[in-house]
Amino acid sequence: MDKNQFLQSFAEQFDETDPSAITMDARFKEIDEWSSMVALMIIAMVDENYNKKITGADLREANTIEQLFERINAK
Amino acid sequence: MSGHSFAYISGISYYLPAASLTNEQLSKAFPEWSVDKIMQKVGISTRRIVAEDEFTSDLAVSASQNLFKEHNLQTSEVDYLILCTQSPDYFLPTTACLVHERLQLPSTAGAIDINQGCSGFVYGLSLAKGLIGSGDISNVLLVTAETYSRFLHPDDKGNRSIFGDAAAAIWVSASPGGAAIGKIALGTDGKGAKNLIVKNGAIRYAKTADQSLQSDKDGNLFNDNYLYMNGSEIFNFTLESVPALVRQILQKNQLQQEDIDLFIFHQANRFMLEYLRKKIKIPQENFFIAMEHCGNTVSSTIPIAMKQALLEGKIKIGSKVLVAGFGVGYSWGGAVLRF
Repeated sequence: MDKNQFLQSFAEQFDETDPSAITMDARFKEIDEWSSMVALMIIAMVDENYNKKITGADLREANTIEQLFERINAK
Repeated sequence: MSGHSFAYISGISYYLPAASLTNEQLSKAFPEWSVDKIMQKVGISTRRIVAEDEFTSDLAVSASQNLFKEHNLQTSEVDYLILCTQSPDYFLPTTACLVHERLQLPSTAGAIDINQGCSGFVYGLSLAKGLIGSGDISNVLLVTAETYSRFLHPDDKGNRSIFGDAAAAIWVSASPGGAAIGKIALGTDGKGAKNLIVKNGAIRYAKTADQSLQSDKDGNLFNDNYLYMNGSEIFNFTLESVPALVRQILQKNQLQQEDIDLFIFHQANRFMLEYLRKKIKIPQENFFIAMEHCGNTVSSTIPIAMKQALLEGKIKIGSKVLVAGFGVGYSWGGAVLRF
């Protein structure tokens, strides 16, 4: 998995958040626009691009985008 | 289609309550949730909501009356009423008995409730088909009726954006006509029970006075007196189960995906449906979405969409339609209907 590609795809799921605010260190659940709907879009993006499944536990345990990336990468 | 058809859907009608909850109203209550964004993501512009003094039995009666009128059917022809709901008027008696009385159905007719959510239409069909197949009866009035709005916390933006109240009435008969009901595939995984649940208010847990809405570890809002949905888990469940369900339905009916003229899935929300469509590789023109004006009406979404598809001419004589319902339980089911 390519980190930059992942970050870019991650940022594309947001409509109103400035992409520059979406960095690997960003605590994604604290982004104002984060919602259960954005969570679904992230799950769909990872399923489509990487054929991998993000569980509720992954979203719960990961705080930063980097941490989520590592969890997915390890699957 | 394999096998001999002996049960047919020969009429579908539905009823939506009068009051609406529009995106404009939601956007006013939740300013961060814009009208355009709700429409774009969930694909719903209006949900219809029951009045204070309007209950599941009322919706069921109205939908059934529409069915009798629109399809020129007589109440005397009903041998059996199956009413599918998770929001019954009472613990007991069944809502079916109340509806039986209001519709003045024959005293020789059977009447039961079944408790099932988004898979409820398919489960109702499978039971109706089985009853007709037994040879004991000829006509089943199948009603799906739900008032989920009563389960929703006023501050639960997500679920209030999705769910609407409705009832549908379906005539299932041994007399050929309409759509022949093909082989039905069903499935269950009770491990998902906790992910879509109204915990309090039945026997195990009493309702409490607590009205606060909390966030769980997954970021989903909850208050155990109201409906809780773990959106991520439900979405994962559908990504795993629905493609497999579609394969199973096709296999049971000895059909290829290309043989299906129209796919009608449970109308959960537009984003999820579009993603499932792409994942299963169903062309857009063979996939029907009709939830903009009523929202996710749980067990009524498939019959409402099917009625709409018939009116729009998307279903014609000879059409093979694959229907699939999936959700709370977890529970899922699907069938091929040949018109």
